[in-house]
Amino acid sequence: MAAPKKGRGPAGGQGRPGRALALILIAMVALTGGMFWSGHTTPRLGIDLAGGTTITLKAEAEKGKEDAVNETNMNTAVGIIERRVNGLGVSEAEVQTQGKEHIIVNIPKGTNSKQAREQVGTTAQLYFRPVLTYAPSEPAAKPSGSPKPSPSASASDGKGTDGKGKSSATPSASATTQGRPVTDGLKKAPTPSATASGSPKATETPKASTPPAPDAATAALEKKFAALNCLDPKQRSAAGQDVKPTDTIVACGKNGIGQWEKYILGPAEVDGKDVDDAKAAIDERVGQWIVQMEFTDAGAKKFQKITGRLSQQQPPMNQFAIVLDGEVVSAPSVRTTLSANAEISGSFTQESAQDLGNILSYGALPLSFNEESVTTVTAALGGEQLEAGLIAGAIGLALVVIYLVVYYRGLSLIAILSLLASAVLTYTLMALLGPAIGFALNLPAVCGAIVAIGITADSFIVYFERIRDEVREGRTLRPAVERAWPRARRTILVSDFVSFLAAAVLFVVTVGKVQGFAFTLGLTTLLDVVVVFLFTKPIMTLLARTKFFGNGHAWSGLDPKRLGAQPPLRRSRRVSAPTDPKEA
Amino acid sequence: MSKLGNLGARLHRGEVGYDFVGNRKFWYGLSILITITAIVGLAVRGLNMGIEFQGGAVFTTDRVTVSASQAEKFAEEAAGHDAIVQELGTGGLRIQVSSLNTEQADKVEAQLVQDLNLKAGDINSELVGPSWGEQIANKAWTGLGIFMILVVIYLAIAFEWRMAVAALIALIHDITITVGVYALVGFEVTPGTVIGLLTILGYSLYDTVVVFDSLKEGTKDITKQTRWTYSDIANRSINSTLVRSVNTTVVALLPVAGLLFIGGGVLGAGMLNDISLSLFVGLAAGAYSSIFIATPLVADLKEREPAMKALRKRVMAKRASAAAKGESLDGPSGPGDFDPLPVDAAPAGAVVGQRGRRGRPTDKRR
Repeated sequence: MAAPKKGRGPAGGQGRPGRALALILIAMVALTGGMFWSGHTTPRLGIDLAGGTTITLKAEAEKGKEDAVNETNMNTAVGIIERRVNGLGVSEAEVQTQGKEHIIVNIPKGTNSKQAREQVGTTAQLYFRPVLTYAPSEPAAKPSGSPKPSPSASASDGKGTDGKGKSSATPSASATTQGRPVTDGLKKAPTPSATASGSPKATETPKASTPPAPDAATAALEKKFAALNCLDPKQRSAAGQDVKPTDTIVACGKNGIGQWEKYILGPAEVDGKDVDDAKAAIDERVGQWIVQMEFTDAGAKKFQKITGRLSQQQPPMNQFAIVLDGEVVSAPSVRTTLSANAEISGSFTQESAQDLGNILSYGALPLSFNEESVTTVTAALGGEQLEAGLIAGAIGLALVVIYLVVYYRGLSLIAILSLLASAVLTYTLMALLGPAIGFALNLPAVCGAIVAIGITADSFIVYFERIRDEVREGRTLRPAVERAWPRARRTILVSDFVSFLAAAVLFVVTVGKVQGFAFTLGLTTLLDVVVVFLFTKPIMTLLARTKFFGNGHAWSGLDPKRLGAQPPLRRSRRVSAPTDPKEA
Repeated sequence: MSKLGNLGARLHRGEVGYDFVGNRKFWYGLSILITITAIVGLAVRGLNMGIEFQGGAVFTTDRVTVSASQAEKFAEEAAGHDAIVQELGTGGLRIQVSSLNTEQADKVEAQLVQDLNLKAGDINSELVGPSWGEQIANKAWTGLGIFMILVVIYLAIAFEWRMAVAALIALIHDITITVGVYALVGFEVTPGTVIGLLTILGYSLYDTVVVFDSLKEGTKDITKQTRWTYSDIANRSINSTLVRSVNTTVVALLPVAGLLFIGGGVLGAGMLNDISLSLFVGLAAGAYSSIFIATPLVADLKEREPAMKALRKRVMAKRASAAAKGESLDGPSGPGDFDPLPVDAAPAGAVVGQRGRRGRPTDKRR
C-alpha cells in the first residue's frame, strides 16, 4: 500500500495537518471542477439502472481448436459484434471482452433488443456450400400450411444482364422465376415450383435429384434429410450443430416468403473470411435493393471455382447456399462463372438486403458464441432499482451516523466529515470514470458502495479507539492523538490491504455484475486510505487543539472521566515507560 | 454511552474481560458442532439454487392488474411447467420460470406480455442459459482459491504463518457456516449470494487482522518478560479490541441491514436482497470467528513453540513462587522484566483481576 506517509512525527510533532488538508481539498475541488467541466455530473448508469439490454456471450472453443479462444480472436469478435450492433443504428451500444472468454454487449434502452440480439446472437461461421438438393419443410399433416403460389417473377428478372462483369442473383422466393432467363447472375431460387404450387408431397419426395455417389453415408444423410422438420426449432438448431466444413450436411433455411426449406449441402468451398466486404445497395437501373459482395484474392479464386462448376449444373444443383451457423440464409443459383465481385439481386427489401449484407461482411466471427444470459430492464424498473439503492444507502448511512453520534459524540463529527469527504471523492471519481474508462454504475456497484460505508467507518473506529486507549492511559488529547496514529495507521493499512486484495481478486477473476461490485469496493477501499491519511488524521490533530476536544468536554467523546482514564499521577511514569510504539 | 465507555475502559485495563483463550475448547466445540450441522444440512437438504444456476427466465413487470395466482397460471401455460410468481412492493410481479433456454423464454415472454396486458416494452426479463450460474460459481471458487493463497502469503509475511493458518481456518469456518445457513433455511442461492459470500472473505479477514495486529504488537517483546504467557496476551488483545470489533460489526451490519430492508421489503427479491442477505449472515459469522476462533487458534499454535513453552514454564514458576510468598504477583520483577504491553495484561483465568503496578490493590476509586 503506497499510501502517503503522513503524521509520522513523534508525539508533539503534529505533522503538517494544514498541508494534508489543503492537498485533499485541492483534490476534491479539482475533481468536482473536472466533473462539471467535462459535463458528466452524474455517474454513467449501467443497463440495470438506466434500462436496456445486456447480453453475455461466451466463446465456445471447437473441439481440437481450444486455443482459438485467444485475445486476438476475441478482439476480432468484439469488433465484428460492435459493427453489427452499430449497424442497427444503435449508437451507444458497448461491446467489451470480460475475462478470457466472455463478451458483454450492452444495448441501451430505446433499441429493438430483439433485433439486436439476433444480430449479436450466437451467429458463428459463414460458409458457402453447394446445394445438392432441397425440399420444402412442411409437416405432411398440414397441407394448409403450404404456400400460395407466388404471384409473379421478381422484378429483378431479366435485368441482370449487365456488362459490368458483376453478377446478380435473385433471392426471389417465387418459384416462377425458376428457369427464367436470368442471365449473367446468381439467381436465388430456393423455392422449387413444387412448393409454390403448394404440393405437400414435396416433403417425402424431394423434387431434385439426389446427390451423386450414393453410399452408406449418403443414405444416412438422406434418411436424416427426410426426417428433418425445419419447423421444429430444436431440430433446426440440431441440424446445424457439430458439423465440419468438409462434411456434407443437412440444413434448414427460410425462403424469401418466410417458409422453411431443408437442404442437403456439399462441403464448404468458400468461407466468411473470404468475403472482403458486402453491402446493400440500390440497383439504380431498376430501383431494387441488391447485395454487393467483394471477395478477397483468395476468396475470388475459390468463388470462381465454385461458380464455374455450379453454372454448368442443372437446377437445383446450380445453387450455392450461404450458410450461417448451420442455417441457410440465402441460396442463389449461379448462371455463370463469377470472381471477385458479385451481386445478389432479387426481391429484397431495404431491411433484408442490409441484413444479408451485414451477415456477409460481419458473419465470419472467428469464434462461436453462446448466449449465456440476456437481461432486459425497462427504464422504469431501472429507475426504481436506482432509487431503492439510494434509499438503502441513505438508510445505511443514517444508521451509521446515528450509531457514531451516540457512541462517539463529538468525535462523530470528525467521522461524519470524513465520510462526507469520502463520499465526495467517490462520487466525483465515479462520474469521471464513466467517460474515462467506461465505468458504469450498476446495482451491485451501488451495493458495493453501501457496504463500503462500513469499511470506511471502521477506519475511524480503529483510530478513535486507539486515541481513547491513549487517553485512558492518562495522556492529554494532543499527545494521545499523535501517539495513537502510528498504531492505528498500521492497523488500517493492513486491514484495508486485505480488503483491497479481496476486491482485486474478485475483479480479475469474475465477470459482469460482480466486477462492478468489486470495482466499487476496491475504489472505496483506496479512497478510505486517502481520506484517513489526508483528512481524518489532520482534522483530528487540528481539533485536538480546540478547547472542546482538547479539554475533553463531556460531549466531545473524549472525556477522560467518562473514558475511565488513569489519574495523572500515573502519567508521569507512563510517559517515560519504554513502550513507545513507534513502529515505522 | 457512559456505561459503554466505562466498559471499554475496563476492558482496556483488563478489569473485565472474558477468557477467550482459556475457554477456547468450548468455542472450538461449538464451532465444530455448527460446522457439522452446516455440512449435514448441506448434504441432506442441499442448496436451493436459483434460476441462474438452472437456466431459465425471470420476468419482472410493472404494476399489473392481474393477481399473482392468475399470473402463475398464465406463466405455467406459456412455459409448460411450473412457475414461481411473487408480488413485489411496487405492485409488479416477479415471474420465475426454470429450465428454459433463451429461445423458449422469448416465446414465454411474448405470451406473458399478451396475457398480462402489458406493453411490449414493459416487461423486464432476465434469461439465463444453464451454464451461466455455474460459471459464476466456478469463477467464484477460483477467486476464493487465489484469494486464500494470496492472503495466507500476505499474512505469513506481515505476521507469521501461524496467524495465516488461523485466519484461513476462521475464513473457511465463516464460509461453511454461511453456506450451512443457506442450506438449512433454504434461501435461494443466486449470483448475488455468491458476490456477498466473496465480500465476506475480505470482511471476515479484516476483523481478524485487526485483532492479530494488536496481538503482534502485544507480543513483540514477549520473551523478555516473565509475567504473561502468550495465551494471556492473546486473550488480552481480543479483549482490548473487543469494543472495536463490536463497533465495526455493528457499523458494517447497519448499512447491510438497510440494504436488506429495502432490497427485501420494497423491491421484493432481487440482487440487492441476495447480496445483503449473505453479507448479513457472513458478517455475523465473521465477527464471531475472529474473536472466538482465530485468535485462540493462534495462541494454541504459538504455545507449541519451544520458546513459548519455555516462557510458559518461567511464568508458571514465577507465579507459583509469588503465590508461595503470598505476595501479589504484580510486584516489580527482576531486571529482565519488561512490560511488553501498551496496556497491562491480566493473567489468563484471572481476567477479572486487578491492576496496579506496585502491588497495591487497584483503583479504590471504583
